[in-house]
Amino acid sequence: MIYLVPMGNIESDIVQSASLCLWHTFGFEVKRFSPLEIPTHSYDEKRRQYSSIEILRMLHKTMPKEAFRVLALIDKDLFIPVLSFVYGHAQFEGKVGIVSIARLRQEFYGFPEDKELVTNRMLKEVTHETGHLFGLTHCNDTSCPMTLSTNIRALDKKGVSLCESCKLLLKENMVEKFQ
Amino acid sequence: MKKHWEILVVDDDEIACESLAAWLREDGYPTDMAFSGHEAIDKAKKKDYALYFMDLKMPGGLDGIETMMKIRNLYQDASVIIITAHATVDTAITALKEGAQEYIVKPCNPEEISLLVDRIIKVKNLQRQNILLRKKLTRQYRFHDIISKNPKMYDIFQLIRDIASLKSTVLIQGESGTGKELVARAIHYSGDRAKKPFISVSCAALAETLLESELFGYEKGAFTGANSQKKGKFELADGGTIFLDEIGDISPKLQMDLLRVIQEKMFYRVGGSQELKVDVRIIAATNKDLLKAVNTGEFREELFYRLNVINIQIPPLRERREDIPLLVRHFIEQLAHELQKNVNDITENAMRLLIDYNWPGNVRELENTIERALVTCKTNVLSEEDFTFLSTNRDKSERWSVPTNQSLQDVEKVVIEATLRRLDGNMKETATVLGIDRSTLYEKIKKYNIPRLKEDVE
Repeated sequence: MIYLVPMGNIESDIVQSASLCLWHTFGFEVKRFSPLEIPTHSYDEKRRQYSSIEILRMLHKTMPKEAFRVLALIDKDLFIPVLSFVYGHAQFEGKVGIVSIARLRQEFYGFPEDKELVTNRMLKEVTHETGHLFGLTHCNDTSCPMTLSTNIRALDKKGVSLCESCKLLLKENMVEKFQ
Repeated sequence: MKKHWEILVVDDDEIACESLAAWLREDGYPTDMAFSGHEAIDKAKKKDYALYFMDLKMPGGLDGIETMMKIRNLYQDASVIIITAHATVDTAITALKEGAQEYIVKPCNPEEISLLVDRIIKVKNLQRQNILLRKKLTRQYRFHDIISKNPKMYDIFQLIRDIASLKSTVLIQGESGTGKELVARAIHYSGDRAKKPFISVSCAALAETLLESELFGYEKGAFTGANSQKKGKFELADGGTIFLDEIGDISPKLQMDLLRVIQEKMFYRVGGSQELKVDVRIIAATNKDLLKAVNTGEFREELFYRLNVINIQIPPLRERREDIPLLVRHFIEQLAHELQKNVNDITENAMRLLIDYNWPGNVRELENTIERALVTCKTNVLSEEDFTFLSTNRDKSERWSVPTNQSLQDVEKVVIEATLRRLDGNMKETATVLGIDRSTLYEKIKKYNIPRLKEDVE
């Protein structure tokens, strides 16, 4: 079972779309967890961002043992020390991952709100980070959600569904590593 | 492709180190971590990483730049990206001067890192491809243990194939170090006798009587010290090939004995009375002008013609300079492995120096030169400094002295003639070497009445 954990102010229809996407793409039952508080120590005052590593550590500690995989959705901007920001962060072949909605919103770039667009972007990132949890690395196919996107244009270019080779790899990983 | 390229992230801040490593792993690169400069060097000693991300400020006596310098001592081509949170122009300049490929300030844009890694890995891929292509090329230009792409050598390879299974004697002539024994071995191992013995005898190394007993063996009591019967090289080579190196140095008596073996295929052991019959193919070699020795009476004419049924002339290395780069790379690969030295390349200037050198000792001298350079080489690339010992030798080697008592026209004629001779009369190549048009070359040949070596059929 995959636990889906909203953190901060995430609209329920976004959480619902994410839940359907996870079930559809990865074939696991999805349990929607009640919203969690964002740990205050994860906030970096100098950077005015939240440390994805600290949040993943907290999730790892607090999530119930029966949670096979945990994916959090957060409305804050995330960082890791070397990079100026990350859209999401997941332990490769690990248990917990997180996707930030902050930079997926049009408002972040000074444009009017676009709910459909933010949902579409979120689905790609949810698939991307969960793909890492199941051992998928970045894909060379720029239309596949597993391709690395380091800016919003690249993110908008890719699709929501995994490419055929990532689907095949996921299937193999499920059998070999996660059975 | 990515899984071939391993990355090492070096940072004393564990979180920073782990997060960057995780980010790179997601991108498909196997990534290790080191939390100090010392740990990074230990890891680099065990594994040659494609790329190092190195934090500038690290405690423990080794900062990022010092660590990078030590790693670059191990691998001159190591690609290092220095990362720092406190950028100053001075440190950036120092880092780049000491060989860092990039200097980035954290936090940096993910796109920047992604492009950087892609760019460096692309270069690494090209370098690897280059090495593979070079290896392929060496294989392509290899015939048994002989490496060459020279047309004359190609003709020799073809001749070897043609005569390998014949029984005719072969006389190989060439300067010392040109690979006469390699040619003899190639003949033996390309033919029907490949599974039978190949016995090599250096005729110059032994005194006359010793050589006689070495070649034909001896019976017990044949001479003082002959306590038991011993088979000679001819008997040992039965069914196979005997290679008689330095044949020009054998005594008149041995010349007679050898002639009898060739004619009758029979001989006696020293001190023996029983005729022994063997089936041996004889390949002889010399660096002397045997025909001249025949004319002066030092070498038996009949033996010369018996040996010289098939003649192979190996050109000296200075007449096949195009082979030098191939041979240099081959020797670096082979000898570095034997000497357990981590050297895998040579600079362009060093290669130029080797190509221009005269090589009086031919391929053997080249091999020894590479070995000597490898022994003293401190990095993983041979450079000009590793061949300084050659310059003294080079001064001794033959040099063209500038004529000061001839007209320009005379000099021009001599140069054209010499170049044509060296290139076997090939007009196109001669014109290229001389830096003139082919039509100009024709005009000058006509003007100076220079004889053409072959018809120009290009």
